[in-house]
Amino acid sequence: MATHTSAPAPSTTYTPPRRLVLDVLHDWVTTVDHKKLGLMYIGYALIFLVIAGFQALLMRVQLSIPNNTFVSPQTFNSLFTMHGTTMVFFVGMPILFGFGNYLVPLMIGARDMAFPRLNAFSFWISAFGGFLLYFSYFGASGLYGAGNAPDVGWFAYAPLTARVFSPGHSTDYWTLAILLSGISSIGTALNIVATTLCMRCPGMKLSRMPLLVWLYLVTSSLVFVTISPLTAAQIMLMLDRYAGSHFFDTQAGGSAVLWMHFFWIFGHPEVYILVLPAFAFANEIIPVFSRKAIFGYPAMVAASVGIGFISLSVWAHHMFTVGLGPGANTFFVLATMVISVPTGIKLFNWLATLWGGKIHFTASMMFAIGFLFQFLIAGLTGIMLSVAPFDWQLGSSYFVVAHFHYVLVGAILFMIFSAFYYWYPKMSGRMLSERLGKWHFWIFLIGFHLTFDFMHVPGLLGMPRRIYTYEADRGWMIWNMIVSSGAVFQAAGTLLFVYNMVWSYFKGPIAGPDPWDAWTLEWSTPSPPPEYNFAVIPTVDSRRPLWDIKHPDDPDSRYE
Amino acid sequence: MSRNIWALLSSDFSHGSTSIFAPAGTPAHSIFSLSLLVLGITTAIFLIVAGLLLFAVIRYRHRASDANASQEPPQIYGSTQIELSWTVIPVLIVVLLFLATTRIILSTQNAPKPAAALDVTIVGHQYWWEFSYPKLGIVTANELHIPVSDPKHPTPTYLTMTSADTDHSFWVPRLAGKMDLIPNQINTMWLDPQTPGLYLGQCAQYCGIQHAKMLLRVYADSPADFAAWVARQQKPANNDATLDQQAVAGRAVFQHSVCISCHTVAGTVATGRFGPDLTHLASRDTIASGSLPNTPANLRAFIDNPAAFKPGALMPAMHLNQHDLDAVTAYLSTLK
Repeated sequence: MATHTSAPAPSTTYTPPRRLVLDVLHDWVTTVDHKKLGLMYIGYALIFLVIAGFQALLMRVQLSIPNNTFVSPQTFNSLFTMHGTTMVFFVGMPILFGFGNYLVPLMIGARDMAFPRLNAFSFWISAFGGFLLYFSYFGASGLYGAGNAPDVGWFAYAPLTARVFSPGHSTDYWTLAILLSGISSIGTALNIVATTLCMRCPGMKLSRMPLLVWLYLVTSSLVFVTISPLTAAQIMLMLDRYAGSHFFDTQAGGSAVLWMHFFWIFGHPEVYILVLPAFAFANEIIPVFSRKAIFGYPAMVAASVGIGFISLSVWAHHMFTVGLGPGANTFFVLATMVISVPTGIKLFNWLATLWGGKIHFTASMMFAIGFLFQFLIAGLTGIMLSVAPFDWQLGSSYFVVAHFHYVLVGAILFMIFSAFYYWYPKMSGRMLSERLGKWHFWIFLIGFHLTFDFMHVPGLLGMPRRIYTYEADRGWMIWNMIVSSGAVFQAAGTLLFVYNMVWSYFKGPIAGPDPWDAWTLEWSTPSPPPEYNFAVIPTVDSRRPLWDIKHPDDPDSRYE
Repeated sequence: MSRNIWALLSSDFSHGSTSIFAPAGTPAHSIFSLSLLVLGITTAIFLIVAGLLLFAVIRYRHRASDANASQEPPQIYGSTQIELSWTVIPVLIVVLLFLATTRIILSTQNAPKPAAALDVTIVGHQYWWEFSYPKLGIVTANELHIPVSDPKHPTPTYLTMTSADTDHSFWVPRLAGKMDLIPNQINTMWLDPQTPGLYLGQCAQYCGIQHAKMLLRVYADSPADFAAWVARQQKPANNDATLDQQAVAGRAVFQHSVCISCHTVAGTVATGRFGPDLTHLASRDTIASGSLPNTPANLRAFIDNPAAFKPGALMPAMHLNQHDLDAVTAYLSTLK
């Protein structure tokens, strides 16, 4: 373990000449290398993470006391719209696709993605989408250089998006940004599916594929099914706004509920699209730092595929209060509860992987353990929300906001941080500072729990979401104060993390090819890997090819 | 912030004015009992799984002092029996929860409507509530009066709900779960508070810029009080003979300005339907959809410039001169 970290730099006697900035820029802009595209995805997602995190801070300042006038109602409404839209479409999706882009070919012994140019196209179209969304701040009111950001909420319920209720062009920018992000996601998903199905190295049967790659396969397949209705709905909305159609235009006989169906048939599987990559990271990181093989590989694969299918039949649990009637409500209660079974299986298998291991508390593993506890709680509040009558009370309240932030921050963001500490050495060639990483973990953990544990309470006390202020006599203030104070810790932790990344890039210890003594193929390449990844395409005999090499007396292939 | 912070701190967790754990009506009660079952089960799961996790993390940590610290632990690849057990047990829990949930869904949404039930139609507007009692001929806004319901002779109130513009949601946590008001769609729900009192709530579906100040007040009245309220609401608002000079002037201003294109005062030329019905405005405790106490000073300031309290509210600033403002306020204050 970690014996390589202090090893001297590989003796490369040849140093390439320094290149001009323009050359470097040209290189990155025109690249079709999956690793560079992956890093660009991650980089631009991190920029948006900081922007959308800052928006959250502003909202928390506004809500920390009742009847506050820190921001105007309209500003607050755009803040939560932009925060949600940015975090889902321009942080979550690109950061996870970034890791996928970087890791999938390396883990299956391929030299690039199946369609490198489609890959570059997907990245740039997504980047353009993010740019359009933020351009609304300047351009959404037309020619005058005055704009306003979208303020219809991240799920943009009809008919609030109709021109009569949303004049100007802010909603159009929102629609276009989502449309472009969707095209990008479908391109990347296509690429990942084609790569995993067609470009595995010799010996890597589907049953020997690393679990990370399995989960990216499931996630990408979900993208196909779910982004399409979202894209269709955006086009219908555009037609409503500019071509006189009436899909969602209730003033002319359209249906508001139709939009909800379109949105949530995307929106709920989207949660799984975001969380499955987090599971994917956990599947790689937890075994390595427990020094054990993943427990129940076939069950993990089956559970992932099961989650993929069931997640397509749960969307209307977002609509328990729209009057679907007892029949539909009952069906979606059952579907939603059933999905907790494969999800539970995953958690139990991680637990069994820890059991009997030798757990190394690196910063990466600490975030992964935080993920396990927090995902457990997020799952249990999810069960509460699946109970439709309970949801009639909890839905659209701060309880729901707390629940899904427990998933998105407590589970997904924690696992993303874990993935950074784990793969940063591979991507940059340098180790992140473990000391700063542990500080980051503890500060962020405290902030997370201050914010999102206590955020459940105002929901139980009747506080609806998306209100820019509240009455002083409802007893919500103290809880909102605590919630807001936690946001400060989270911001501090995140800044520490950004500092660690920059500092370590220049000053971190040289990583070497395999700093964690890990078992999958990416660790058999130099850090960072060369453009062609593998000088010789590897051949594998088991799920842990590097274990087999390190333990020739006791290879995995004997047990699979 | 001149308010006493300690008064806010001491507001009781379980008896807060809008706590879902202080149910005061049958639908809220049955959700409350169901939630106790769900909370019990989830707490048990949490304690067991988190306990095991904590145990594993502590017990199986890597110790540098171990004799064989540098050796890899035994590799265990899985176990079908164990996988089966942690599949079957959750399935059984799901079945239990599903049956309990279905029971409450059916008992709430398929409840038979008693003959003595009161009907109220609710129309959601940006950013206020229109309540009409079709069989009683009453139209009012933002403050819903309903009779208490004695479990022996239930007189629940059945709400028929729709929206005039965007989506809204009717949520009074102590009485029932929420139900959305959606344009082009009719939804229904019912309330049966058993003790008289004021139950607060607010719009729970983001409906536009002033979603935050679309507050709700439900008054559960004793049968006698409710009958008295109905009788008063059914009468025309004011008797011309009793109006003083300023109120008469105010009425003239009101009826000659654009007020009447949006507001109704029954029995007069004011028949607008876009804004709240003002026939008995002065009988209400609040204005601006529950966000301001109904005092002459607040009323006057609100008429002068609604955006000062609710920026984005659809009522425009009336730009009346001081004399007319006083007069209109005086007139509206007579609409008891």
